[in-house]
Amino acid sequence: MSWGALYAQLGGVNKHSTSLGKIWLSVLFIFRITILVLAAESVWGDEQSDFTCNTQQPGCKNVCYDHFFPVSHIRMWCLQLIFVSTPALLVAMHVAYRKRGDKRNMLASNGTEKMTDTELQTLKKRRLPITGTLWWTYTCSLFFRLIFEGGFMYALYFVYDGFQMPRLVKCEQWPCPNKVDCFISRPTEKTVFTIFMVGSSAICMVLNVAELFYLICFKCEGKPLTPVALTNVKLF
Amino acid sequence: TPLAPPAEPDLESKMNWGSFYAVISGVNRHSTGIGRVWLSVIFIFRILVLVVAAESVWGDEKSGFTCNTQQPGCNSVCYDQFFPISHIRLWALQLILVSTPALLVAMHVAHRRHIDKKILKRAGRSSPKELEHIKNQKFQITGALWWTYMISIIFRIIFEVAFLYIFYLIYPDFKMVRLVKCDSFPCPNTVDCFVSRPTEKTIFTVFMLAVSAVCVLLNLAEVVYLIGRACKRSFRSSEDESKLPWISQRLSTYKQNEINQLIADHSLKSKFTVTKKSPAERGERCSAF
Repeated sequence: MSWGALYAQLGGVNKHSTSLGKIWLSVLFIFRITILVLAAESVWGDEQSDFTCNTQQPGCKNVCYDHFFPVSHIRMWCLQLIFVSTPALLVAMHVAYRKRGDKRNMLASNGTEKMTDTELQTLKKRRLPITGTLWWTYTCSLFFRLIFEGGFMYALYFVYDGFQMPRLVKCEQWPCPNKVDCFISRPTEKTVFTIFMVGSSAICMVLNVAELFYLICFKCEGKPLTPVALTNVKLF
Repeated sequence: TPLAPPAEPDLESKMNWGSFYAVISGVNRHSTGIGRVWLSVIFIFRILVLVVAAESVWGDEKSGFTCNTQQPGCNSVCYDQFFPISHIRLWALQLILVSTPALLVAMHVAHRRHIDKKILKRAGRSSPKELEHIKNQKFQITGALWWTYMISIIFRIIFEVAFLYIFYLIYPDFKMVRLVKCDSFPCPNTVDCFVSRPTEKTIFTVFMLAVSAVCVLLNLAEVVYLIGRACKRSFRSSEDESKLPWISQRLSTYKQNEINQLIADHSLKSKFTVTKKSPAERGERCSAF
């Protein structure tokens, strides 16, 4: 999983976020992805190979593992991070669309004169204020982020009946004879990392809610929502 | 800094300390001297040693943990009882959490640069050279930045000490034993379990704990140094100079520079012919006079 590439994509969105959005991005990447990468191989690496059942019945171990771990924690967290990062790309697309419109306007106002390099650079590097339809896109993306975070946390809680990993599970799937004890490897360490990840998820949700309130108040303050193109044309 | 990150195989699933180092060392320019020493200690002694020790010494901690029984599951359960969280994970978490307050400082510096840029633009001097100068400018640790820096060091100390304490709680003895006696279900009665590479683990544990302690001392020294410097500055300076917040100092500097610039330009203009200027500057000139 190339987290570096994802970071490169999202880093571009960073310029157009509010300051809370920037903090969210740092929390996301430093805590969650780093800890995920740290935990992934070492703690969950042997989750299936070290899952032992007190039986010699062939196939029982596989069936019991599949019954108690339909989706591994690591995969769920990776999916969660991908889904949660994706709405930011909506914002990036909208910003790119606006910049293209600005460029066209600028070319039109300049007439047949070609745009200088510096003007192109300033246009490219300019930070768009979050107004008009961009505000709606940004708010929608925040909303989707919240929904995905909450959804995945709930899914984790639902599939694994809480956030604690038990040491022992009792399995009675066919072909296991009667009831069989199965033992999970490193349950305590897994519980610690699960709580860590759930905690950072909760912090990210709080940051997103705060950012939503900030944006709504910013709009309600009655700042005039001038379309961005107007502020860009230079009046000589 | 001349430190090169350790050359690691590029496995995506492994913790990429190289890029972590790149992020943290960006803060290095705005640290004090002691801060830079701390950063070097962190990277040379702690991260490098962690990477060296992690795979090789603790790699087979679970597979090499053998119990004197054939009872399935006894192995897992006893391992979990005696090693709730592995040393390696604890140290890696400690390093991540301890390095993170440095990002607070980085954010504050970025914020100041942003303000600087805005002031420059208002003063009408946004040439690429000036902007480059701002990017590479080193900020003095004064005013609000001093407080951010101080808070980041205090958090560092808190995290270090907290992790040392957690380590002490989980593994009260820094020495790794060769044999543990386990009697959790489903092990029958009491079972002998043997830890793999105990002596090597003890050596690395002692090393990492010692370096942690050294880092705590360095951070404390940095706190004392910063407080001392602040006191010296407040005693030495005149009452108007450094008591002003950073932003008003900047504004007054630029206003003065702008006035100087205008005077210089005006005197030059009378001597030489006017060269072609960009529309923006022409516009500005018209508005000023």
